Amino acid sequence: MSEMRIVGKPRTKIDAVSKVTGAAKYGDDMMLPRMAYGKLLRSTQPHAYIRRIDVSRARALPGVLDVITGKDLPIHYGVLPNNQDETALAMDRVRYIGEPVAAVAALDERTAERACDLIEVEYEPIKPLLTMEDALAPNAGRIHDWTRTPNAHKIVSLEFGDVEAAFGRADLVREDTFLYEGNSHVPLETHAVVAKFEGGHLTLWSGTQVPHYVQRALAQVLNIPHGHVRVILPAIGGGFGGKSEPLSFEFCASELSRRTGRPVKIVLTREEQFYTHRGRHPAKMWMKTGVKRDGELTGLAVKIFLDGGAFSSFGIASTYYTGALTPITYKVPAYKFDGVRVFTNKPPCGPKRGHGGPQPRFGFEIQLDKLAEDLGMDPIALRRRNLVEPYSTTVNSLRITSCGLSECIAQVEKGSGWQERRGKMPPGKGLGFAASAYLSGTGTTMWHPDLPHSGAHVQIDRGGAITVFCGSAEIGQGSDHLLAALVAEELGVYPEDVRVVAGDTGITPVDLGSYSSRVTFMSGNATLKATGELKAKLLEAASRVLETAPEELEFGDYEIHDRNDHANSIKLVDAIVRAEAQFGTLGATGSYSPPRLGGNYRGSVIGTSPAYSFTACVAQVDVDADTGEVRVEKLWVAHDCGRALNPTLVHGQIQGCAYMGVGEALMETQQIDGRGLHMSPSLLEYHLPTSIETPEIETILVQAIDPEGPYGAKEAGEGPQNPIVPAITNAVYQATGVRFDETPLSADKVYRALHKKKGQRETTLTIPEFRFPEPERPTPREYYGDCS
Amino acid sequence: MIRLPPFRFFTPGTLTEATRLFAEHERAVVVSGGTDLYPNMKRLQVSPPSLISLRGVRELKTIQAGADGSIHLGAGMTLTQIERHALVRERVPSLVEAIPLVSTLPLRNMGTLGGNLCLDTRCHFINQTPFWRQAVGSCLKDVGDVCRVAPGGSRCWAIASADLPPLLIALGARIRLVSERGEREIPLSELYRDDGIHYLNKMQDEILTRVILPRNENVRAGYLKLRRRGAFDFPSLGVGAALQFNADGVCESARVVLGAVTSKPLEMPQAQGLVGEKLSAPLIAGVAEAIALQARPLQLADYTYAFRKQMVAVYTSKLLNRLAD
Repeated sequence: MSEMRIVGKPRTKIDAVSKVTGAAKYGDDMMLPRMAYGKLLRSTQPHAYIRRIDVSRARALPGVLDVITGKDLPIHYGVLPNNQDETALAMDRVRYIGEPVAAVAALDERTAERACDLIEVEYEPIKPLLTMEDALAPNAGRIHDWTRTPNAHKIVSLEFGDVEAAFGRADLVREDTFLYEGNSHVPLETHAVVAKFEGGHLTLWSGTQVPHYVQRALAQVLNIPHGHVRVILPAIGGGFGGKSEPLSFEFCASELSRRTGRPVKIVLTREEQFYTHRGRHPAKMWMKTGVKRDGELTGLAVKIFLDGGAFSSFGIASTYYTGALTPITYKVPAYKFDGVRVFTNKPPCGPKRGHGGPQPRFGFEIQLDKLAEDLGMDPIALRRRNLVEPYSTTVNSLRITSCGLSECIAQVEKGSGWQERRGKMPPGKGLGFAASAYLSGTGTTMWHPDLPHSGAHVQIDRGGAITVFCGSAEIGQGSDHLLAALVAEELGVYPEDVRVVAGDTGITPVDLGSYSSRVTFMSGNATLKATGELKAKLLEAASRVLETAPEELEFGDYEIHDRNDHANSIKLVDAIVRAEAQFGTLGATGSYSPPRLGGNYRGSVIGTSPAYSFTACVAQVDVDADTGEVRVEKLWVAHDCGRALNPTLVHGQIQGCAYMGVGEALMETQQIDGRGLHMSPSLLEYHLPTSIETPEIETILVQAIDPEGPYGAKEAGEGPQNPIVPAITNAVYQATGVRFDETPLSADKVYRALHKKKGQRETTLTIPEFRFPEPERPTPREYYGDCS
Repeated sequence: MIRLPPFRFFTPGTLTEATRLFAEHERAVVVSGGTDLYPNMKRLQVSPPSLISLRGVRELKTIQAGADGSIHLGAGMTLTQIERHALVRERVPSLVEAIPLVSTLPLRNMGTLGGNLCLDTRCHFINQTPFWRQAVGSCLKDVGDVCRVAPGGSRCWAIASADLPPLLIALGARIRLVSERGEREIPLSELYRDDGIHYLNKMQDEILTRVILPRNENVRAGYLKLRRRGAFDFPSLGVGAALQFNADGVCESARVVLGAVTSKPLEMPQAQGLVGEKLSAPLIAGVAEAIALQARPLQLADYTYAFRKQMVAVYTSKLLNRLAD
């Protein structure tokens, strides 16, 4: 490969200026002629039958255009095909405080709000189930009638190898129980949509991460042809997983537009955003790990209880992920996973950055830290003893390709001065370590597993204008920029020269969306495929002029030249004109499907990915013993992202992950109280770290070039979040000598632990009582021959 | 978006105009920077028919030195203006240190001294949207008849949540209240009542015009604040203290005032245990423990009440040790 002009060079995002100058148009900036405003009435009850809804007074209010309730949008939907358990508005029963019950369209937002106040809802309360223990208790009521075991949404029991025998072989076995609190995404921009129903066709502008899934669900629920729905993304102020499924207000705005004949806008308040949620599942976990005296892992058994809230969301995937992602970093010869997602009367949980990874990673990395101490080993040495190898297969049949984990560990070890400084720091200060792995896009899709995951179309006009069309969702992560950069690298131009038309289901090929850290890898590959076809045509045309074989030609700055004689060249635009003359209009479509991955068991495709990223983190903390306050002083984060297509963006993603990790480690929780009420439904009470709490973050790129990634790239948007919380927690142990097996490390909790009085009542962590079924014991699938 | 409810807005340019407006509009509410009132209005905790803005009232925007060594701070000065004022920086360094602990810079650029002193009491159950309050079933400070913090009682326990009163009371600040009926000067400590609803001893038509800090020679004062983050957050506990020493280093007077514990800033008489003594760490620890024993925070602010109580001793001790150094 000749030297790269764009790829690997730090560059400003193509949309950066429009974002920082305020020129970018977000959902709430959308104004259409005759636009009306929608507002949702939400349930004040955590669990109740709706006995009566009277909207007559609301309808009578001047300025009100229409009011809809559950019966007006009765068709169920859900982001996964086998869990269609939501309706746009509650039908006859509400399941959490904040669940949408009715929707109003009015000439202005204040009138819509007042109309909501005039809707009378008569509830007949049902006993709410607010904890997993209550929901799984014998004789507990049911939140959904369709679950086989009451309130157990999804149960997974898998055993790879013989775990009991593995523990028998071990010199040391540890069991611990962990609690990872739930938390919310809190993107800067709350959900915002504008729907316009005109001539039987619906256009929805929505700040969604998944335009294709939203289009599909709208067609289903509004009962109109798929082709009559167009979903367009405005600029989006962050998603982090909270905008990755079809949501109530998207249907309500659309239906209200259909009924009123006007465009309808709905923008959620921050409080409504917390009720919509789909955030990180609170997880109670039991883990048992066996090791030999020299640190070799013999086996791991895990039980995980996910508090799912009131609806399914991505819950099946969430459950499998919490099992699948743990054995990717270290060789685990035997592994048993029991997981259950439990319905409770709380806002539904879903995917948040690192989906299913952070909770078990928290427990596992802390348990390894404890084992290292028990064995008298350095925590990093224990991990090194067990590192996965590149191009290997995990115990749960996941295929690993490139792997830079060893280098990541070496980098943070060196950068933090781990060997010299650890254990020699002043009282209250400590270093902690953790490592992790994550997907570069899910290897499966549940709707059409046989179809491409991403499609891209590239066209070039005779003046030299290059446009790439792709259904991908730019949510701030830089996916538009990366598509432009890849095309620019391929065709000898600059990213600013490439127009990206993305996230518009009316004109772009399907891409599944921005979730599971898939866009760079999958849209990137699709785009490269399309560009490659055009490239061949341009080289063919140039070859005729330059009288040189196409293989001898390459793209330079706005030209094609002989790789051995750069003077022998043709301007790109001239080559384009000649190519169009020779081949006709220049356009090409490419698509990407991941290879067929997965083991010999049901659900084994969840957790597969064409490539995994790897991360290692060292955290340095300072704990004030007098007040219990934990300050994260510094984080060193090394991330194997494969080729860093634009290092600026990768550093930014790692910084963002680290910031979010600090929040989850120290203060963020989505707490629901004993009434079912959100304890902190505002940015004042839901504590996010400010710049004052955010430590210095040293980000280190490790580039284990992946054979299947675009230019060898993997993911960077979610993986680096995974090791942050356990690294900080392990550092707090180093600083204080006190173990914390739960998040977050709030000052009151730390103070209590540091100033334990004799006879103080201990609150020990527990998991709910639950009998898992006999596990499935699949035969392993090997990707790289016999490993023995 | 959460919007303000409709209201009439008056913008007097002089104090006389302002007092006359209050006399004429008996349900009018005073607003200065609006950083406390407007969010409360958006959540419909209060819905006054009219607001009288003090932003244009010139008399409230001065800082002057009195002939007796006192300092007169105009109540309409923003917190940022006071923090940056040369006279304040020279004479009241403890105030200059305490102001940055209030909320955030943008809010301090709008929020005024008078507004901070009159900040409404706060509680987890009242500072919420109407939807949330409806779901919880309302409370005493709202339209309900039950306190959600202490359901058995008949009083509102919302807490005094301003950062400056504990320090200014410790410094012996007085305030001037002006209305069409006349004016009066009272110690700042007497402005407050231990009642979450009627928390100010001030008539509706009285305007807080200035804060008078007495001459403070050989006084060391300070303020410490417990909160989860280094910005934004209201105090889960505030400790203000002022100590006066004679030439031999003997403590001549001591005042410790707690914020965010009850509905008024709480002056702690146990601080008198420091008077007549040369301060030592064990003496301070004893006094701090005695103070903590009398502080009984309830579960209505950030952090558990047990931790907030424990931190009374820790923060008091920390602050007094710093001042004794």
